[in-house]
Amino acid sequence: MPGRISTIFENARRENRRCLMPFICAGYPAQASLASIVKAVARGGASAVEIGFPYSDPVADGPVIASAMHDAIGRGVTPASVLEQVKAMRGDIEIGLIAMVSASILHPMGGLSNAPARLVEAGFDALIVPDIPLEESGPLLEGAARAGVEVCMLVGPATGRERATNIAKATTGFVYLLARAGVTGEQGRLDSVDLRVEQLKSVTQAPIAVGFGIATPEQVRQATAKADAAIVGSALVAHLSEAARRGEDVPVAAEALTRVLAGGLNHMGV
Amino acid sequence: MSESTAARGPTAPPDKIEPVRLSDAPDEAGRYGVYGGAYVPETLAPALAQLREAYTAARADREFWDDLKSLLKTFVGRATPLYLAQRLTQHARGSGRAGKEATGASIWLKREDMAHTGAHKINNTLGQAMLAMRMGKKRVIAETGAGQHGVATATAAAHFGLACDVYMGAEDARRQRLNVARMRMLGARVIEVETGTRTLKDATNEAMRDWMGSADQTHYILGSVVGPHPFPMIVRDFQSIIGRETMAQSLRLMGRLPECIVACVGGGSNAAGIFFPFLENIKVQLVGVEAGGRGPAMGEHAASLTCGTPGILHGSMSYVLQDEHGQTAPAHSCSAGLDYPGVGPEHSNWKDSGRVRYTTRTDDEALDAFQLLCRTEGIIPALETSHAIAEGVQLASAMPAESNLVICLSGRGDKDVDEVVRLLSMNSTSGGTGIVMPRPTQ
Repeated sequence: MPGRISTIFENARRENRRCLMPFICAGYPAQASLASIVKAVARGGASAVEIGFPYSDPVADGPVIASAMHDAIGRGVTPASVLEQVKAMRGDIEIGLIAMVSASILHPMGGLSNAPARLVEAGFDALIVPDIPLEESGPLLEGAARAGVEVCMLVGPATGRERATNIAKATTGFVYLLARAGVTGEQGRLDSVDLRVEQLKSVTQAPIAVGFGIATPEQVRQATAKADAAIVGSALVAHLSEAARRGEDVPVAAEALTRVLAGGLNHMGV
Repeated sequence: MSESTAARGPTAPPDKIEPVRLSDAPDEAGRYGVYGGAYVPETLAPALAQLREAYTAARADREFWDDLKSLLKTFVGRATPLYLAQRLTQHARGSGRAGKEATGASIWLKREDMAHTGAHKINNTLGQAMLAMRMGKKRVIAETGAGQHGVATATAAAHFGLACDVYMGAEDARRQRLNVARMRMLGARVIEVETGTRTLKDATNEAMRDWMGSADQTHYILGSVVGPHPFPMIVRDFQSIIGRETMAQSLRLMGRLPECIVACVGGGSNAAGIFFPFLENIKVQLVGVEAGGRGPAMGEHAASLTCGTPGILHGSMSYVLQDEHGQTAPAHSCSAGLDYPGVGPEHSNWKDSGRVRYTTRTDDEALDAFQLLCRTEGIIPALETSHAIAEGVQLASAMPAESNLVICLSGRGDKDVDEVVRLLSMNSTSGGTGIVMPRPTQ
């Protein structure tokens, strides 16, 4: 049986739609519950949401997400508390729930091969482990297959063609295509990823989501010209942080920005 | 499986199961037993593959090692001496059990403090800078705690004409101002890191983040036997010259191998370097000394092997100071170079195998040992090294008189003088912590 994430993308491809996948940091900002933000981005037009587990040393993240994670940890947010909140909200949530979690955090959950079962139990549909490359993916993929959860693996700009093919083969969810090198966060201009998306599509049927540095509807439009989905992380986290600082309603801000970004998906007409 | 067993075919039972030799690690995947590996974002995987390839080629290239050897001789001043510390030995013998005549090993110091730039770090940075050039990279970056690795990287960069940026925690930059000035003088840019605990762990995070966006033009000169494969292996190999020299010098000066070798362990590069060539000489006792800081409570020390649990930090599986959820715990040591919540994966394997014994010495014990070496031998040691001196003196005092103990004097302490003065004055104003300067009996 295909998982929820695969089904979401299959339906979207059939209807010639593109998808938006926001990233949020669990437990951030303090002013709103995780469930309220997840529901808000769903109302705003997200097809799935990536829930980041706060980690003390997220080397793949830029300052926006790293400081959100440090803030959440400082307020006592633990992996166990994130799992509990997801479990509690799962019944009310239709969109896909994807865990974005470091190997460092998965390892204490009974080891890399047993951790996926814990995520499934909470209600996650897929997981992304940004610091497990292909070479180290064996135990994770085995555990995820056993638990029935999809694994989305990453392809970077320096990833060679053969390696990218192998990564796409190992992926059971979507392929996360990094729009550029470096860490998460906005950098103004977004280089075209169309060629890389088409190369990937020539070797895999798996859906392709583009992330890193996508912050505006125009960049969403650009990223999804050929790809199935766009991922927006730092821009949303920064927006929620700013809303909280101003004393605004955080879920309202989350829904509003998601809706604006989702506007960038409507470019087809084919 | 040994070749002879394989040759007898699959039906013949082996005479005995041959254990994997510790010195054969790592395997192809960068594993030291269950430790090591390369837990890195995909963005870095191609850069690590390139590094593995470049190092494999360099390792088999006679010319590479000849060039490095020549540089280590003429630029670094190797071989560093193995020095018999007579007055320190006498002090240790005096502090041994009273009434027992002629107890206490001779204490020898492997003088890495006499290597150019004042520490063992230069052995690694020259080798890695040469690898950088083989890969056609014109810029190097580094993390640094005490600043010794930063200075050694800046030095190698200046020597070869490479651009150099060094990440250093803001707290460490305060503690090690002299080294910050040295790096800048050598033409490096020092980037002070204000995030997290503002020490070595955070400097390492920032260096890795830099490398994620710059790997096509930049080589990351990691300073210890930590990080993703192949770094722990490369750094160990470049530092093993310490152990190889010690072995040859011991045979020449003592007529045999020493009974015991003691080295401090933060990430563990000087210890890995001096221990590695002795691994299969099981009669040589190997002792690694971690920073016991202010005591055994979490957050008060940097003793990853002694108090930590297996986890993943900075790209490899190893003992880590962490909470039960995998969040890295804060570390503390008076010495910036040991103030790190992780340790090299090979040390984790050596610990589990029992081949190396790991122990701790506190801030106060290190400060005492610092002063002791100054006054008995006229050598100002690094605070990192002082932890090994504290352990070595006590171990030596209980050993037979005809035995020999080697302490890896990993670095000189000029950089620490300000900090030691500050710590000693704090100790004296708070009522004293028993910092008594034992005068050697003479």
